[in-house]
Amino acid sequence: MLEVRDLSLAFDDLLLADRLCFQLEAGKTHVIIGPNGTGKSSLLKALFGDLRPQSGEVLFDGECLDYRHVAQWRQRFSYMPQDIRLDIGLTVLEVVLLGRLGALSLKLKDPLIEAALEALEQIGLLHLAYRDVRTLSGGQCQMILFAQALMRSPRVLMLDEPVSALDLHFQQVLLDHLDQQTHRQHWVSVMILHDLNLAAQYADNLLVLKGGRLIAEGAPAAILNPELVREVYGVSAEVAYDQQGIPFVRTPRRGRSGHVAPAVQARSVLTG
Amino acid sequence: MTTTSVANALSLQRRNELRRIWILLALFSALVASFVLDIATGPSMLGVGEVVNVLLGLIGVPVEVLPTSEVIVTGLRLPIALMALTVGGVLGVGGAEMQTLLNNPMASPYTLGMAAAAGFGAALMLYVGSLGVSAQLAVPVGAFVCCMLSAGLLFGLAMMRHITSGQLILAGIALLFLFQSLLSLVQFVSSPELSQQILFWLFGSLTNATWMNVGITASVTLVCMTLLMRDAWKLTALRLGEARAKSLGVNVVRLRLKTLVIVALMTATVTSFVGIIGFIGIVAPNIARMLVGEDQRYFLPLSFLVGAFLLSSASVLSKTIVPGALFPIGIVTAIIGVPFFFWMIIAKRSH
Ligand SMILES: Nc1ncnc2c1ncn2[C@@H]1O[C@H](COP(=O)(O)OP(=O)(O)OP(=O)(O)O)[C@@H](O)[C@H]1O
Ligand SMILES: [Mg+2]
Repeated sequence: MLEVRDLSLAFDDLLLADRLCFQLEAGKTHVIIGPNGTGKSSLLKALFGDLRPQSGEVLFDGECLDYRHVAQWRQRFSYMPQDIRLDIGLTVLEVVLLGRLGALSLKLKDPLIEAALEALEQIGLLHLAYRDVRTLSGGQCQMILFAQALMRSPRVLMLDEPVSALDLHFQQVLLDHLDQQTHRQHWVSVMILHDLNLAAQYADNLLVLKGGRLIAEGAPAAILNPELVREVYGVSAEVAYDQQGIPFVRTPRRGRSGHVAPAVQARSVLTG
Repeated sequence: MTTTSVANALSLQRRNELRRIWILLALFSALVASFVLDIATGPSMLGVGEVVNVLLGLIGVPVEVLPTSEVIVTGLRLPIALMALTVGGVLGVGGAEMQTLLNNPMASPYTLGMAAAAGFGAALMLYVGSLGVSAQLAVPVGAFVCCMLSAGLLFGLAMMRHITSGQLILAGIALLFLFQSLLSLVQFVSSPELSQQILFWLFGSLTNATWMNVGITASVTLVCMTLLMRDAWKLTALRLGEARAKSLGVNVVRLRLKTLVIVALMTATVTSFVGIIGFIGIVAPNIARMLVGEDQRYFLPLSFLVGAFLLSSASVLSKTIVPGALFPIGIVTAIIGVPFFFWMIIAKRSH
């Protein structure tokens, strides 16, 4: 279990976390949502020991994060940063292998390469193994970096907007894989998402962050409602529920004067 | 349990690795050839066969050689040829690692002002009359100290938290300008003869190589290369970007500092003995990158081999362009380096 106690985080006078307290259980997927620039990415960096908070502490299974032994702390983490650009002359396989940095030597052993290839196969991208990563599309890069994160076989998996560049198919591949592995391997999985519908679908626990405070926390079905959406994003939205009781959120399009909605336009083209 | 597609992919990877090893071997052979040619050329030309025989004799193979050839080779040309090889290699590796650290294919110790600082140190020593010590000793020491001094300023910056590679490059360029102005200042206040002497040092020259110089340079290089190779994978990871390297468990600040110290040490050593030799630091790593990519297990040694090959063949050229005259090697490398560099830029554009 990853635990945060009284965590305060600030850049000069910009307060990003104001005495935050929460616990992230293992075997569950925790999704953080919140407006742009609230400090979601910064919070992950603080959990990773990369940003030092003004006060408060982070604990894993009761052990406190000690900044003098930050390397040791990070060993159990696998962290996929938000930036997905890769500008380096390496093959996909080599990038995935780097996930196991600690185990790499001048001569690579077969099982290690096989593990990397299997990670690629699991996400359906084995055919890209020998491509130069600079020739990949944004979404392909993101999937490769996910495979790299999996290679670390972590106890805590942190993904910063892991589906921001993915199409429907790969969104599903990535999130389903994450979902299954989190339960099977008993990971503490934390992910930042902007898509509330995906968050509602995949979160076991949803954390809503705004202005340095945890505005709401809990199962999506319990906390996601129009009031929350308005409070967090300042947007009025409809929240409906599908057959399984999972909420889905839809924002209305604000009309402009003299404008005909595209659906109507399309129909008029068909009928002449 | 592995599927057949994984097994296939694995054998592909092994084939890939083999291909890169072949490239390393090919460059090594080219290097041996230019090394032998380098020894063979000079005021009195030796036959390639004769040179090979002398070299074989040196490593204990019983062959018959003329005593004069043996004297020329071991006493005069072998240290110079070995120096060319080591210096070229060091410049190549120095460039490769600077480019890695700073995430910029145009970086090299030269761009960061290290060579300019060495030049200033050497010029200053010549100006103050070597402080009563022999110039043979004082000039390299002055160059070394100044080079490490400018690198020290960069270390200080690199150690700070939240310094980006872009800011390091800017600081390096500022240092380059500073030391270049200081160098011009020394030249400005020097007598014409002294100014000439300084200029000659700046051109770079391998002819001062002695067995002792070569010994020092080679040992420093060997130690530094070993240390760098041990960090090969971490350096590869660093090129993914600082945030990502950290997320993979690299202590970025420490790695950056350690590599910077190693590169500065190597650069300062070679520059203090042979002067300023430009372009190899930028060109060699770029060629290596095109041939084997940026997996440092291959990229690092290949940068060495390419750099060594370039300087070794430049040394041959500097002796043969005008028979009987010796062109300063720094000038030759720049003259063959620049067209090559242009070709590279144009070739890259089409991708
Ligand atoms: N190094 C820094 N120095 C100063 N301010 C910073 C720094 N890094 C981030 N910030 C500021 O902190 C705030 C939070 O940034 P952060 O990246 O954590 O936001 P986020 O919630 O992840 O946003 P997004 O949804 O856009 O990714 C932003 O206002 C940003 O400008
Ligand atoms: Mg963010």
